[in-house]
Amino acid sequence: MGLDFSIIPKYMDIILLGVGWTIGITVAAALLSFVCGIIFAVIALYAPWLVRQPFRLIEWVFMGTPLLLQLFLIYFGLVQIGIDLPAFVAGIIGLGLHFAVYNSELIQTAILAVDKGQMEAARTLGLSRTQALRKVVIPQAVRAVIPPIGNNMIALLKDSALVSVIGVSELTLSAQRVIGKTYRPFEFYILAAAFYYVINLCMEWVQRKIERRISISR
Amino acid sequence: MTEQTHFVEIRHAQKSFGSLEVLKDISLNVERGQIVGIIGSSGSGKSTLLRAINDLDPLTGGEIWLDGVQVNKTLPHRQYEKHINEMRQHVGMVFQHFNLFPHMTARENVTMAPKLLKGLSQAEADKLAEEQLDKVGMLERIDYYPSQLSGGQKQRVAIARALAMKPKLMLFDEATSALDPELVEEVNMVMKKLAEEHMTMIIVTHEMDFAASVCDRVLFMDKGVVVEEGPPSVLFKNPTQDRTREFLRKHIEGAS
Repeated sequence: MGLDFSIIPKYMDIILLGVGWTIGITVAAALLSFVCGIIFAVIALYAPWLVRQPFRLIEWVFMGTPLLLQLFLIYFGLVQIGIDLPAFVAGIIGLGLHFAVYNSELIQTAILAVDKGQMEAARTLGLSRTQALRKVVIPQAVRAVIPPIGNNMIALLKDSALVSVIGVSELTLSAQRVIGKTYRPFEFYILAAAFYYVINLCMEWVQRKIERRISISR
Repeated sequence: MTEQTHFVEIRHAQKSFGSLEVLKDISLNVERGQIVGIIGSSGSGKSTLLRAINDLDPLTGGEIWLDGVQVNKTLPHRQYEKHINEMRQHVGMVFQHFNLFPHMTARENVTMAPKLLKGLSQAEADKLAEEQLDKVGMLERIDYYPSQLSGGQKQRVAIARALAMKPKLMLFDEATSALDPELVEEVNMVMKKLAEEHMTMIIVTHEMDFAASVCDRVLFMDKGVVVEEGPPSVLFKNPTQDRTREFLRKHIEGAS
């Protein structure tokens, strides 16, 4: 049985729906990981000891265990304590928090690297430390970490395939389902790979746009 | 506690970093509208004294009073933070390395604090930015980012940023030391203009000529003490202390 790509258009709607889910989950998880990354970084650096300790446990869980296990835990495990999340929500939360911990590490380093004269200048104008962090230090730290966070977001896109195991019909699972009907793994896995590549290019393009916009304001 | 009678009053200021004593019992009064220069070699404590006035480097002993209110009064932590943020709104500071906010335009640098702390509307803030940037000759660059400005221009924007809070007192911490020589004059011009408007200023500087031309009074500091003070005409021409003479000989070329 040779390769036959002419079969693709017939199943394109299923694949495109999968592309939609992959983009949706990736974008939502990326935003969550970005916002939580900032919050986690501030907690890690500035929160009182009592708040920092439970947070370190969360950090350890998300950094030190497989993402696959985390997804199982959030989707199947939380049901037992009465939290029944739709699969895509569990997927977004799992991916989002997992990458938030990595983003937090980057943002912490960047916050510490902001010149201490910036905090001083803000404080001499009468800003409180919290106001100075919010208006002056964190915006600069975030600008500095856009390139490495972009790399994390591309890793997030690739890892979004893992949410197929909790039954979200994103691109990888859609491809598998079509293959189940057609027995044409090569054609449809190649097609899925091509779509991942295109989404990847789009993300890099967006990242370059953002970097260019902030380059003069650094 | 005696009644405070001077505009700025520093009483027995003492500051140690561990076992190193950088300010040793310094007392200093500044009247409203006066311009006081502080000179001395690096490590003499002059910047530390300046930075103690707005509590950037808190004193370990002594009192600082500004316009009838003690800056470094003893309060519980939260109340002290509130008090000090309020005090700092009245004290503008200009740094050697400008410390402009690089992610904000000149306009945003000037308006950020007034908008946040005084609740100015965007229209009021824009008017304020135009006024203050015009005053320092930077109106044409109002929407430029710091990275697009020269050192002298950055420092002028930094002065406008401090003035936008309508301070009672301005502190200059070697405002021209990081500038290329040809850019020093434009910043000095702005400071002279402020002097003409009778802004109360305390200026830490390495530039003896500038200190001589704008200051009402000059202090020479060495090893954490004020060695000698007086009007520039006296201190620069007829210093009474050996240490002052020694310092001036090194810093004023060709002085008689």
